[in-house]
Amino acid sequence: MTDQAYNFAYLDEQTKRMIRRAILKGIAVPGYQVPFASREMPMPYGWGTGGVQVTAACLTPDDTLKVIDQGADDTTNAVSIRKFFQRTAGVAVTEATVDASIIQTRHRIPEAALTEGQILVYQVPIPEPLRFLEPRETETRKMHELEEYGLMHVKLYEDIARHGTIATSYAYPVKVEGRYVMDPSPIPKFDNPKLSDNPAIQLFGAGREQRIYALPPHTHVVSLDFDDHPFVASKADHDCDLCGAPESYLDEVITDDQGGRMFVCSDTDFCQSRRAAGHVGRLGQQTPTMEAAQ
Amino acid sequence: MTTAIRTLTADTDRPLLQVQGLSKYYGNRIGCADVSFDLFPGEVMGIVGESGSGKSTLLSCLAGHMPPDKGRVIFDTAAGPRDTVTMAEAERRRMARTDWAFVHQNPRDGLRMGVSAGGNVGERLMAIGARHYGDIRATATDWLGRVEIAADRIDDRPRAFSGGMQQRLQIARNLVTGPRLVFMDEPTGGLDVSVQARLLDLLRGLVREMGLSVIIVTHDLAVVRLLADRLMVMKGGHVVEQGLTDQVLDDPQHAYTQLLVSSVLQV
Repeated sequence: MTDQAYNFAYLDEQTKRMIRRAILKGIAVPGYQVPFASREMPMPYGWGTGGVQVTAACLTPDDTLKVIDQGADDTTNAVSIRKFFQRTAGVAVTEATVDASIIQTRHRIPEAALTEGQILVYQVPIPEPLRFLEPRETETRKMHELEEYGLMHVKLYEDIARHGTIATSYAYPVKVEGRYVMDPSPIPKFDNPKLSDNPAIQLFGAGREQRIYALPPHTHVVSLDFDDHPFVASKADHDCDLCGAPESYLDEVITDDQGGRMFVCSDTDFCQSRRAAGHVGRLGQQTPTMEAAQ
Repeated sequence: MTTAIRTLTADTDRPLLQVQGLSKYYGNRIGCADVSFDLFPGEVMGIVGESGSGKSTLLSCLAGHMPPDKGRVIFDTAAGPRDTVTMAEAERRRMARTDWAFVHQNPRDGLRMGVSAGGNVGERLMAIGARHYGDIRATATDWLGRVEIAADRIDDRPRAFSGGMQQRLQIARNLVTGPRLVFMDEPTGGLDVSVQARLLDLLRGLVREMGLSVIIVTHDLAVVRLLADRLMVMKGGHVVEQGLTDQVLDDPQHAYTQLLVSSVLQV
């Protein structure tokens, strides 16, 4: 039920208009961080206040919303944001990636291929890819303006010098359409290739840092690397223990204190739909629906 | 003295840097006023003067860190002489990364303290488009050797280096792209005398070897005596005397220069 005390999707119309303007500007200049007047939201910073504001500005009553947190639909962050919009906007919600028109995500891109017309909203903690190398905001803006991105490679150089390989495994910097260097939010670098040429609209919202940036559909996105140390989209070298999928990004789960562990898909919707279709992994059991079908 | 020994080549006919009527005011106070000089390729010019005489203001204006209020700074770029004061910022900063170098007094200002020595030296290479890790590392190793830093220190942070090593690292980081003009702001300040002597020796070697043009700001007359071909003495924002180093130091004409020269203890 929509709570009648709130405007549709919590934010007032003027605020949504302001955010939509920032989104449009972001889409017009892919990868550019557009400042916006981030509002206080009824949840703490770090819980996706930026993503929530972007989602609120994009929602219409006919939308179907999906919220994931590290790929999972059923963790605290995902559940609370989904409930928030059910209460304040009364929109339909789903756990199925294919049924959703707006997907708010924390640190993953769903395994199922996105389609035209879908919007993927990322929660971004720190939008500035150069932040930990150059602490001055005035200087990083100047570097974006003048396309001085040598420093980004210094970070990758340091990785190789210290670890022998590019050890950055999440928030891996990318270059958008040969112009802006962008932080893709802390998604695993396994997901980086999916940023490029994606038919969905990808929006990034950073609430505390007050920035919005965007990738319009079919934008060319390249992960930075060296000629002799090329970018590799890595994942745990296993199949999913529940659904047996060899190609999905995996979470490692410690199961006992004897060194027992299992690897499961981080995308719960992907894993469940595979198991429903009859795939079983090393430790998987037949689900009740499968037994019923048999 | 040193200029006479150096053989003159065809392109030493044209000045590398022409400064014309450069002025910078801080409100009503003068930073530096009406400074003009030419610097030729391979020439080392010293700027001396007491604290507050406008040396550092002048250097900042020349290097494009601060916009001057009046005057022109014409640099002989690959595409002919250009006024760096009016050129676009993007272009000026690109030049600062390639053709120019700036050595700060405090190595902390010129180095990235959280980045390894190799990364510090490689940064300028990566900024101009080097994308091959092996090549960058080989060049960095080579440069560390040239400034007398052991190759096994390449992955150490500058924090782990002594003051003299940090300063040498800063010099390597600046010279790696083969600049033609180097600005130095008190490069030996804060170092003890024996380390200073080694650093000066190293600098003199590099300047000769690479044919660098250098503008060096210092209040240490020994430094200019060793390094500089020409000397400019500043007081209260004005240039009070200029000429060949030995000439100015051995036969000072202006009262302030006489005071400056006589203030140095002869050991």
